[in-house]
Amino acid sequence: MWRAEIKVLLKKSVLDPQGRAVENALTSLGYTNVNRVRIGKYLEVTIATPDRAAAEAQVREMCTRLLTNPVIEDYTFTLVEVEA
Amino acid sequence: MKFGVIVFPGSNCDLDAYHLVRDVLGAPVEYIWHAEQSVAGFDCLILPGGFSYGDYLRCGAIARFSPVMPAVVDFARHGGLVLGICNGFQILTEAGLLPGALYANTSLQFRCRFTTLRVENTDTPFTRGLAPGQLLSIPIAHGEGNYYVDPATLQEMEARGQIVFRYADREGRITPEANPNGSVGNIAGICNETRNVLGMMPHPERAGEALLGSTDGLLLFKSILDYWKEGSR
Repeated sequence: MWRAEIKVLLKKSVLDPQGRAVENALTSLGYTNVNRVRIGKYLEVTIATPDRAAAEAQVREMCTRLLTNPVIEDYTFTLVEVEA
Repeated sequence: MKFGVIVFPGSNCDLDAYHLVRDVLGAPVEYIWHAEQSVAGFDCLILPGGFSYGDYLRCGAIARFSPVMPAVVDFARHGGLVLGICNGFQILTEAGLLPGALYANTSLQFRCRFTTLRVENTDTPFTRGLAPGQLLSIPIAHGEGNYYVDPATLQEMEARGQIVFRYADREGRITPEANPNGSVGNIAGICNETRNVLGMMPHPERAGEALLGSTDGLLLFKSILDYWKEGSR
């Protein structure tokens, strides 16, 4: 079994209103050296398959079909082997 | 001509759309529960506003896989008229029937107020009764109506006349101040290439009676009816 740890962020070309609001808040707290704050989603999905390549392919497919919107979002993921 | 209002779990403007079509427009209309697998017998489908499936993950992301959606996609691909309002617009983009995506307003606020829309294309079944540049007073009510599409696709859409409505000021000028959500090009409504699918964030079904502050929304539904009558003559 594998645990897919998936991070989803708005594409760099897409304005992130939440990230910008938080960046402004950080700046107003005195952290004047921060920029490009992005806020995204973190998803965990456990997949019952012995094969790492199959798990990877399935994560990509699920991300394309449902978990992300490729028009505005990018994703990255890591696979961690877990006990059944 | 028969209208169908698709009801997803979490739709909340389905009654408004149904009421407008039946009681104000005076046309036959029925609800279509999302678990149906056929839309046979309907001539225009309305995907209403609301928060389908709680808008979990992304607005419209789960509704787009409802049992009824393959039939809606098939209906649209064969030229059937489909009108997506607010959450319905979000569902249509998620389903790939319309280009682009809708996400959080740049203000991060839920905006609920009247907007002025400028009609950009009158050569669609939904806007044929309107004049180019005509201004409509139609309300919005959304937190995630910020329309995004990549610049190359936007250019193609502009060239093909797919931009149907833009947010304008009362003089019809397209200004940043008139943009309630940050949408590229002040876009409020778009159609597909074949112009039989329209998606818009503003709610025309809430602007069909003088009591509600505007009757401009009714003009869209009258256009649809006229288009249908002309086509079947």
